[in-house]
Amino acid sequence: MEMKAVVSSTGLMLLFAWLSPSQALYFHIGETEKKCFIEEIPDETMVIGRYRTQLWDKQAGSFLPSTPGLGMHVEIKDPDAKIILSRQYGSDGRFTFTSHTPGEHQICLHSNSTKMALFAGGKLRVHLDIQVGEHTNNYPEIAAKDKLTELQLRVRQLLDQVEQIQKEQNYQRYREERFRMTSESTNQRVLWWSIAQTFILIITGIWQMRHLKSFFEAKKLV
Amino acid sequence: MLAWFLLLCAPLMFGWIRASELTFELPDNAKQCFYEDITIGTKCTLEFQVVTGGHYDVDCRLEDPDGTVLYKEMKKQYDSFTFTASRNGTFKFCFSNEFSTFTHKTVYFDFQVGDDPPLFPNENRVTALTQMESACVSIHEALKSVIDYQTHFRLREAQGRSRAEDLNTRVAFWSIGEAFILLVVSISQVLLLRSFFSDKKTTTTRVGS
Repeated sequence: MEMKAVVSSTGLMLLFAWLSPSQALYFHIGETEKKCFIEEIPDETMVIGRYRTQLWDKQAGSFLPSTPGLGMHVEIKDPDAKIILSRQYGSDGRFTFTSHTPGEHQICLHSNSTKMALFAGGKLRVHLDIQVGEHTNNYPEIAAKDKLTELQLRVRQLLDQVEQIQKEQNYQRYREERFRMTSESTNQRVLWWSIAQTFILIITGIWQMRHLKSFFEAKKLV
Repeated sequence: MLAWFLLLCAPLMFGWIRASELTFELPDNAKQCFYEDITIGTKCTLEFQVVTGGHYDVDCRLEDPDGTVLYKEMKKQYDSFTFTASRNGTFKFCFSNEFSTFTHKTVYFDFQVGDDPPLFPNENRVTALTQMESACVSIHEALKSVIDYQTHFRLREAQGRSRAEDLNTRVAFWSIGEAFILLVVSISQVLLLRSFFSDKKTTTTRVGS
């Protein structure tokens, strides 16, 4: 009796597992079009991205459920424009990285399938889901691993959230410092260039008058 | 054992309740659309903010599966829109930068579908939450809104910083440019005046005599 329940629930679970990626947000991209997403994150933050691709079938007039042989190239750049991940994945992929420098990380996806015949329709549907920081934690898994009670799990979740807030605040302090430095540099530049330009103006004015005076004197006009 | 099994698998059943937040670049004269399949009766929220670019505005449009426009705003900097799905199907929302000729924009959006999945889905929960648990729940909700505000603050700061850096570069270039133009103009003035008087080689009449 219990066996039957386990089998049926497994079936149900697999059904939902299959359905769940298709329920993510999706968009369309062209053949060799590159789509980039920016994630501004503090350091030591984990990012998990999952995608699923579907190819437009011209004959059927709809998107195929899955196309083997279709690949997506994922490229991730850190704030210093250094590539930290550059890999080719299949039609369904999962990529993960942890940031080591705070700042804007760029996640770029493009398909570079060699089988050009596949792109008869030229449209590719990409389901994408990017989770950052504490959203990457799988709480039921953590509960099972560390054998936590419900209350302990809730507190663990709160701790993770607070840690994320703390990291973000710390990063905010660093960004505000950069902002302040930029503003002060602008202030300095405006000040010095104003003085320099006034000086240049006066000097050129004096030079002009003296030059013209000597010129007219030479021409015996004055 | 079965209960544990269901407990571990339950989150997979809640796969369609999710929040997607993305920041992407919208080139000039471009339009980017996103689609999501939503079931009827789900409460959804779409929030967007323009981070960098031009006048920090973008057109946004949200359509339901029938094509009815639920939300349409032109040249908006930031907005938040909540709606309940009136029918099953694919909802589409688009961001357009077609009115801009050369500035590309960075747009952040957060599309929340449904509520968060329960942390510890307990199918046969008979008792209400204890005080500790409900305190944890309210702290969790408060922290979620703190994180949300923090995100918006971060975006505004990014916007301010991008403007400041733009200003800094512009001040540098224009100062150098202006100094150069000043020198060029003053020298040309003198040369031009000299050229007026150089032609009259024979006449050396005194001016103002």
